[in-house]
Amino acid sequence: MNIFVSEFKRRAAEKTADLRHRQFIRSALRGYEAARDKRKGAFQSWESARQAAAETKWDAINHLGTHLESLVSKLETRGTKVHWASSGAQARDIITQILRDKNARSIIKSKAMTSEEIHLNEALEHAGFKVVESDLGEFIVQLRHEAPYHIVFPSMHLTRGEIRELFQRELGDAPSDNPEDLTMVVRRVMRQKFIQADVGFTGANFAIAETGMISIAENEGNSRLTSALPKTMITLIGIEKVLPRFADLALFLPMLATAGAGQMMTCYNTMYSGPRQPGEPDGPEEWHVVLLDNRRTELLADPEQRDALHCIRCGACLNVCPVFRNVGGSTYGTTYSGPVGSVITPHLRGLQDWKHLSNASSLCGACTEACPVKIDLHHHLLQNRRNASASKPAFFERLAYTIFGMVANDPKFWWLAKKLAWLAQPFQNLAKGTAVDPAKAWTKTRDLPPMPRETFKDWWRNRT
Amino acid sequence: MSERDQILGRIREALQTKAPLSGSQGGSPDYAVAQPPAAHACDWLPSVGKQLDSQFSLFAYNAADLKAEFQLLNSAAEARQALLQLHNASGWKKVACHSGGLTDAVCSILDVPLLRTDRPYDVQELEKCDAGITECDGLIAQTGSVVVTSRSAGGRVLSVLPPHHIVLARREQLVPDLPAAFDLLREKYAPDYPSMISFITGPSRTGDIERILVLGAHGPKKLTILCY
Repeated sequence: MNIFVSEFKRRAAEKTADLRHRQFIRSALRGYEAARDKRKGAFQSWESARQAAAETKWDAINHLGTHLESLVSKLETRGTKVHWASSGAQARDIITQILRDKNARSIIKSKAMTSEEIHLNEALEHAGFKVVESDLGEFIVQLRHEAPYHIVFPSMHLTRGEIRELFQRELGDAPSDNPEDLTMVVRRVMRQKFIQADVGFTGANFAIAETGMISIAENEGNSRLTSALPKTMITLIGIEKVLPRFADLALFLPMLATAGAGQMMTCYNTMYSGPRQPGEPDGPEEWHVVLLDNRRTELLADPEQRDALHCIRCGACLNVCPVFRNVGGSTYGTTYSGPVGSVITPHLRGLQDWKHLSNASSLCGACTEACPVKIDLHHHLLQNRRNASASKPAFFERLAYTIFGMVANDPKFWWLAKKLAWLAQPFQNLAKGTAVDPAKAWTKTRDLPPMPRETFKDWWRNRT
Repeated sequence: MSERDQILGRIREALQTKAPLSGSQGGSPDYAVAQPPAAHACDWLPSVGKQLDSQFSLFAYNAADLKAEFQLLNSAAEARQALLQLHNASGWKKVACHSGGLTDAVCSILDVPLLRTDRPYDVQELEKCDAGITECDGLIAQTGSVVVTSRSAGGRVLSVLPPHHIVLARREQLVPDLPAAFDLLREKYAPDYPSMISFITGPSRTGDIERILVLGAHGPKKLTILCY
C-alpha cells in the first residue's frame, strides 16, 4: 500500500469517527443546498442552460489550440505579457523571475487554486518573498499553515471559536467570536497590505478567446483590489479555462454562482483585457498572464475523459458527495478534492498513486447530476478503476475472483461452500473485526447475516 | 522549440481523436457548433418582464435582496438632494469621485473636499475617503448588478476602495438581462474594451466564517444606486 492510500485511509477513519465534524459540515452544506435550489428554481430552464454550457465547453476544449492562440494574440496586442508553462516547476520559475525583475518584496494574492496546485506559496517564501492571501478563507488557512479544505469555501471546517483563537494567537486581535468582528479584523489588517504590495497575484475563472479577457468571479472585492493597486499584476490560469465568446459569460457567470454558492451572481464579476491603458487613471503598469499545462494535455489526449477539462471549479460535486461530506476535504490530500478531484488527480499526479480515490465512491451519481457543465463524473470514476486494474492488476483480487468463479460455476463446489460457510460462521463470529478475520474491512463496522442451516433449495426440495 | 509551441503541439496531437459531447451517451463526435450554444441564454436565465416598470421593480427587488440601496428619482435635483441626505446621515469628511456628466451635475452639492481619480491621485488619500461616487455603464434588472468599467467609473480603484460606493445612473441605462448587458458593452466599446469591466452585484460580502453573511469584507460595506 503506498503512502497516499494509507494516509487517505487513516484520515478518513479519523474524520468519519469525528461526529462533531460531520455534523458541522452537513449543516453548512444544508444551507448551501437550500440557497442553490432557490437560485436554480429561478432559472426558466436550468437543464437547457446546463446543456448549452456543456456544449460551449465542448467547443472550447475540442478547439483548444485555436482558442488559446486567439486569446494570447488579443492579450498581447494590448500590452499583456503572456508566458507558457508546461509544468508547475516552470510556472514557479517564471513567476519567481518576474518578482526578481521587479525587485518585489511583498505579494498580495487573491484566491487561485492553480497556485495551490503548483505549491506556489512555499516556493515564493523559500525564495525569500512575503506572500499574503487576501481572501478571508484563504488567509485563515494560510495562518494555520494548512491547504484549503474546499475549493470554494477554504475554511468551512473551522468554527468561529477556532478562528477567534487563531486571530488572537497570530494577529493579537480578536474582540469577539462574532463573524462580523472577525471579518473586520482581517479587513483592517489587509488594507495597507493591498496598497503597499509590489505585486498582485490572481487566479482566473474564465479566459475569453474572442476578446482576449480574463474573467474573475469573487465576493469580497479582494481580487478587484489585487488587480488594481499593485504596479505589477500576475495571473496564473490553467489552459482549460478558455471560453470561445465574450457573450458566453452571460450564461457562465450566473451558472458558476448558482452551482458554486447558491448566488444569482457573485458580488464582483470582473473582466480584465490588459494592464492600465492610455487614458486610464490607475491599474497595474504591467500584467503577466501565465498559462499552465501541468499535464492537462494528457487528460485532453483521453477522449473518454476529456470532458473533465470542462470543469469550472464551482465545487457543486463536492457539496453533494456523500463521501466528501463524511471524510471531509483535507482527507483527500489533493488540491482538487471531491468527485472531480478523484477523477482528475490520477491524470495530473499518476494513476497508480491516486487510483484509491476512484474507489472512495458509492457511484451514486449525485456529482454528475449536480455538475453545471454535465461532466460524466461517476462514470469517469469507473473508468479510472478499470484503467488502474488493467495497467496493474492486483494479484490477490484476481486470485480471489478466479476461485470464486470456479466455485460459483460448479453446483457441487457451490453446495460444499454453503455447508462450509454455515459450519465456519461461529468461528468467524469469534474473530469478527479483528486482525485474523479475513473479512475485517467489511465486518469491522457491519454484521454478516447468519447463514441459515437450511438453504432455499433444501427447503424447496423438502417441502411437503 | 518554445514552451508555447510544445504545448500547442501536444494539444494538436491530443485533439486528433474526437471526443463525444458530454451527457450525450456517446453522441456524435462530429458535433459542429452551428450557432453559439449560449445564443438563447435569455430563454433559460431567470425571467424578466417586458415592461420597463416591471424591470425597475425587479431591479429594486434584487437590490434589496442583495442589501444594496436603490433610489429611483425624477431629476438631477432630486439626486443632489438624495446625495446630500446620505452625506448628512453619514457625516462624510472626504469624498472621492471622477469627472463626468452625472457626477459633475450631482456632486457639486457636497460641501466637502473632493478627490478626483480621473487624474493622477494619491491612493493613501483615496483610502481616507468615506465614499466613492461613480457613474456606470448600465444596470441589470435580472441580477441587480451595476456595470462599471475603468473608463466609465474613474478607474479601477474608486468603485472598490472607499467603504461606501454611490452609483449615479440614468433611467435609460437599465437593461433587462445579462445577454443585453454583454450586447451593450460590445456596442459601446468593441474592439477597444476598457482594461477592466466589472459587474458589481451588491456590496462586498463574505460567508467564509460559518457561512454567515458579513458585508464589507474588503470592498464597500454599502452600495447606493441613485437612478434618475
